[in-house]
Amino acid sequence: MTYVIAQPCVDVKDKSCIDQCPVDCIYEGGRALYINADECIECGACEPACPMDAVYYDADLPADLVGAAQSNRDFFALPLPGQTGPIGNPGGARRIGPVDADTELVRALPSQVAR
Amino acid sequence: MATTQNPPVRVAVVGAGPAGLFAAQALLAQSLMPVSVDIMDRLRSPYGLVRYGVAPDHPTIKSVVSALHEILLTPGARFIGGVDLGRTVTRGDLRASYDAVVYATGAPGDRKLGIPGEELPGSISATALVSWYNGHPDAPGIELTAESVAVIGAGNVALDIGRILTRPNTQLAATDIPTSVLSHLAAVPVREVHLIARRGPEHAKFSTRELRELGSIDGISAHVDPHDLMTPSDEAVDRRVRANLAVFRGWSEQPTFRSERQVRFHFYEKPVAVIGDDRVEAIRLERTAVDAAGRVTSSGQYRTVPVQLVVRAVGYRGTPVADLPFDPTAAVVPNAAGRVTGPAGGPLPGEYVAGWLKRGPTGVIGTNKVDARETVASLLDDWAAGRMRASAARPRLEEILGRRGVPVTGLDGWLAIDAAELRKGAAEGRVRSKITDWKSLNELAGALPGAAGN
Repeated sequence: MTYVIAQPCVDVKDKSCIDQCPVDCIYEGGRALYINADECIECGACEPACPMDAVYYDADLPADLVGAAQSNRDFFALPLPGQTGPIGNPGGARRIGPVDADTELVRALPSQVAR
Repeated sequence: MATTQNPPVRVAVVGAGPAGLFAAQALLAQSLMPVSVDIMDRLRSPYGLVRYGVAPDHPTIKSVVSALHEILLTPGARFIGGVDLGRTVTRGDLRASYDAVVYATGAPGDRKLGIPGEELPGSISATALVSWYNGHPDAPGIELTAESVAVIGAGNVALDIGRILTRPNTQLAATDIPTSVLSHLAAVPVREVHLIARRGPEHAKFSTRELRELGSIDGISAHVDPHDLMTPSDEAVDRRVRANLAVFRGWSEQPTFRSERQVRFHFYEKPVAVIGDDRVEAIRLERTAVDAAGRVTSSGQYRTVPVQLVVRAVGYRGTPVADLPFDPTAAVVPNAAGRVTGPAGGPLPGEYVAGWLKRGPTGVIGTNKVDARETVASLLDDWAAGRMRASAARPRLEEILGRRGVPVTGLDGWLAIDAAELRKGAAEGRVRSKITDWKSLNELAGALPGAAGN
């Protein structure tokens, strides 16, 4: 169990959650942010910080967003398009910087940019 | 604009808990101002409430220690244990030895209930109980001989206490809870904990995750009276409250198993008296309501619940630090974006606050990162504007303390304690076995025996 960042983050990436995270376990993808479950200490600071209400404890994900749990895991466990191997657990997002790639779930979402 | 040829600005961070360490991190992560940071604590150990406040059965949250440890290892950072502001060191000493001081000593006091009988033996603060079950060297000895306990409060500290007191011994045995506490809990098991909240479930500050955890523990049954769940409508409340209400509703539908250890939630009740001749025998509660303006109102309906221990968990409270300005109403050091505000209302150059001492005892560990960053931004602004600058002609704090015979210890001292605790734990089949007395802690850390300290 851990916190996950769900679909409302896609194409927004407000990043307020990153400021709050004490262990730097929130990673930036191309269109969304992702939480590394192995590095998360489950303090919950990110959840109220998000203006999009995109952060959920995975057990609390509403039915239409449940895919986010797997998507957050996939971001670290699977090789992403254009990447040589899986990201794994780098021990902090600052160590690798933004990654210009996303999981299958996020790639399949239509652009959510307003206007 | 100064260049990196200038001497580094010497900053003292007082308090090595999350707030102080995140302030150190923010100072060391910037490249504008050359800086060295001495992070000091009155204890021989860093990490503050992560070590002595987070419940022993929450190892995942405690694992933030590895991130905090990295801050202590950052070039430019130094840990100094045994610096007790107001006792072994004065504010003047710090101001003399450092270009800037960030105070981050937290909120070590607690709020009182303000009711008759509160001072009876068996009526204690959450801070006392939490420091006891976390093995703090200053923890009071607690004789826990209660089968029924009232915990007053509706936050995660109240929840921690309810859970630790009722959790089966076997589930705590492998944690770093002191063995003396374990044997206490085994000798006289707590059968029921009453969690008392003056407002409704929608006002409680419990986190959903921790409520759900309580309900999932083998050997504990959680209960709430369905009548207490009637008022809130899901529309009017935020997501966390909706999720909490769902957990409470699930519990309210469960049958009561008298044989199990129970945690019972009582909403809309406030304590009016702690009752007993020479120690706690019961607590008297009055039914409340919450009016349209959100105020708690009294009903004149009372009941008495037999309990042998009353724990007030109605909030931590800041206490004055040395001769720093202090706002007794808010129980914080008055400040503007982390700059300590003097009696005349203006900032005191070179003095800053972070964490609970700055904003009051709210938020989670990560909240302190944002908070500390704001304070450090103020400090950097002051430096850039020339309101605070490095001076090479400052005495070293160690020299001042050395003359006074105050033995300070460093990161090595803490690492020696850490290693000894891990070794002892491994031998006992536990994650860690905390060393809980000052003498052993001082010896392990290398503080010279016979000198001042504790």
